[in-house]
Amino acid sequence: MNPASTQNNALREFVDNLKSAPRRMYETAFRGGAPTTDRSRSTFVFGNVFLHLHAVRTHRWSLKWTTTVGLGIMSLSAFLITLVTGVLLMFYYKPSPEAAYASIKDIHFVVPTGRLIRNLHRWAANLMVVAVILHMARAFYTGAYRPPREYNWLIGIGLLVTTLGLSFTGYLLPWDQLAYWAITIGANIAQSPREVTDALGITEYFDPGGLQRLLLLGSDTVGAEALIRFYLLHVMILPLALAALMGVHFWRIRKDGGMVRPADADERLSKMKQGETYPVFTEAPNKTYQLAAVVRGKTAVVGRGPENTVPSMPHLFYAELGVMMLTLLACVALSMVSDAPLKELANPSVPENPAKAPWYFLGLQEMVSFSAFMGGIGIPAIVLAGLALIPYLDREKEGTGEWFGGPGGWRLVKLSMLIGFGAPLAIESFAIRFGWLREWFPKIPQLIVTAINPATILTAVYALYSIWCIRRYGSARSGALGLFTCFLCGFLLLTIIGTYFRGPNWVFYWSPSEWPKH
Amino acid sequence: MTLQSKAPRSRLDPEPMARRDWLGLSSLWTMGAALMFGVVGMLRLPKAAVLASPSKKFKVALPETLPAGEAFVPPGRAVAVYRDAEGIFAVSTICTHLGCVVKANAEGFECPCHGSRFHADGTVSRGPAPRALPWLKVQVSGGVVMVDEGTTVPSGTKVA
Ligand code: HEM
Ligand code: FES
Repeated sequence: MNPASTQNNALREFVDNLKSAPRRMYETAFRGGAPTTDRSRSTFVFGNVFLHLHAVRTHRWSLKWTTTVGLGIMSLSAFLITLVTGVLLMFYYKPSPEAAYASIKDIHFVVPTGRLIRNLHRWAANLMVVAVILHMARAFYTGAYRPPREYNWLIGIGLLVTTLGLSFTGYLLPWDQLAYWAITIGANIAQSPREVTDALGITEYFDPGGLQRLLLLGSDTVGAEALIRFYLLHVMILPLALAALMGVHFWRIRKDGGMVRPADADERLSKMKQGETYPVFTEAPNKTYQLAAVVRGKTAVVGRGPENTVPSMPHLFYAELGVMMLTLLACVALSMVSDAPLKELANPSVPENPAKAPWYFLGLQEMVSFSAFMGGIGIPAIVLAGLALIPYLDREKEGTGEWFGGPGGWRLVKLSMLIGFGAPLAIESFAIRFGWLREWFPKIPQLIVTAINPATILTAVYALYSIWCIRRYGSARSGALGLFTCFLCGFLLLTIIGTYFRGPNWVFYWSPSEWPKH
Repeated sequence: MTLQSKAPRSRLDPEPMARRDWLGLSSLWTMGAALMFGVVGMLRLPKAAVLASPSKKFKVALPETLPAGEAFVPPGRAVAVYRDAEGIFAVSTICTHLGCVVKANAEGFECPCHGSRFHADGTVSRGPAPRALPWLKVQVSGGVVMVDEGTTVPSGTKVA
């Protein structure tokens, strides 16, 4: 062959390749082609690293908006917003007591778009707390904690605790008055087991409270060491823990067969309009049972096609995208109308008055104002243990996947709401009007106050009520329904009291306009 | 050989543990234990061995005209210093509940955080504070008062 023409050919080929490079790049990135057929829609899901945690097809029950209310995805979206805005804030934030406050001020007033980013971070964090709590309530009221989802319920509790931890550690970083006194109170709550060990006279030998405080603060005073620890928790340890837990959470959802649904979901759905579902296996499925025989536990359904499902692309993904966009929209809108707070620079000799924790801890602060140990550690531990035990105590099957467990459930929930709001209202009114043991008997031993105070009495009332429910309705599910509803109502009521009705010196006021001016 | 003489086994019907399995397992567990002790040892890292905290002793000059029973709070300190006929004494103003700084008022002290109240001698008059405010060690030499925030004394100890 003639060397000149070979050279020409090679050159032409090179030019052709160059021309088609953009198209080829596109094709190698989006291999499956446009998701228009069942097959290409499937590839779209399992060919994509971010999407393949989803099943290729989604049951129609999961897509009813009343099944999830989108709250899980809302929590995730809020987390993603905090992640992005948080990384941006790290460009300027300096975790040292001398510089932290000024750097937040810079972000707020000087850095381009800094205020928006900071507001978004705050609002998304608050929204995340709300969404996670509501999502837990949704999972509870639809019976989603029952087998096989018990383990995912536990992971969920881990997510709840980590979310609250993230919010709290973030609250401390601006090093303003709110932050400083919140750290002080938080660290002393960690130390509050001393309330018990002191009363028993064993603090000298056994002092878990002191150790916890020391580990949190890294020093015996609130200062630079404490700030860097909270910073480390906030930007590394807790986000990583949260991400890991989320990975497990999503994986388990998939492995547990998607969203919980009633046993007769298929029959009920067939009464609804059919839409896009059609038999997926047009012939009788021909799977063999050999593999199923050696694998223990639940295996893929054999002998039945994935009926009543629709392709996840677009049905599920568009729904998820919609929730994400709504979340982002809500955060942006809130950030435009309301700025994240920043009080005066931390002043270690004069507390903010009233020194209030972030809103979701004001219920705790209300309980802490009766006993540090019980309100800050004892009762939260009891509540968490109670939440973790729910799936193991309620082993019933009826009503799974059904809001409030089906007929009769909503009535029980309404009755429980009556108790749930009534009991704390009565106990709080009494304590606010007449005071408590320490005022009547100044010399009373602290252990008695620790054991008997409005917060512990409230817990006991709730527990007794739920035992009554179990006996009255002859089902553990009723007890769980009663207890969970009560705790939710109690949390809400105490939070409202702490937020709106407590003023300077934690004194009860009907409205903030009555607070004395200094 | 001997092995072949045994009946064939399936995975569902395991043999009793063979010697080399035992050796393997015990070395695995040894490694596990060593790792565990190593990690637990390293977990001591967050517990500081030396605490960098400022000196707890400070000097203060009381105003000549300080009336008996009125608190003098040295700037930046969480201590109330008093002078009466029997002598000088100092009460810590760090709330025994959760560590807020209490404010002196006509009856004694009030805490802004959860509403604890104290009498002027530090004893609790209203919860949730579990204990009285501690009295602090005071030394007087040549008109200068030295307060040691790190050392408590029995309440009622006044220094002339
Ligand atoms: C950072 C926090 C969390 C995130 C991002 C998250 C995310 C999700 C998502 C996306 C789903 C899919 C269904 C839905 O959207 O509702 C889900 C399901 C579930 N979550 Fe969460 N979750 C979180 C916290 C929790 C908590 C606190 C609990 C309970 C203690 C929990 C328990 C469950 C359970 C049991 C399911 C399965 C529901 C079913 O099968 O119907 N999760 N989660
Ligand atoms: S810190 Fe003083 S009452 Fe809580």
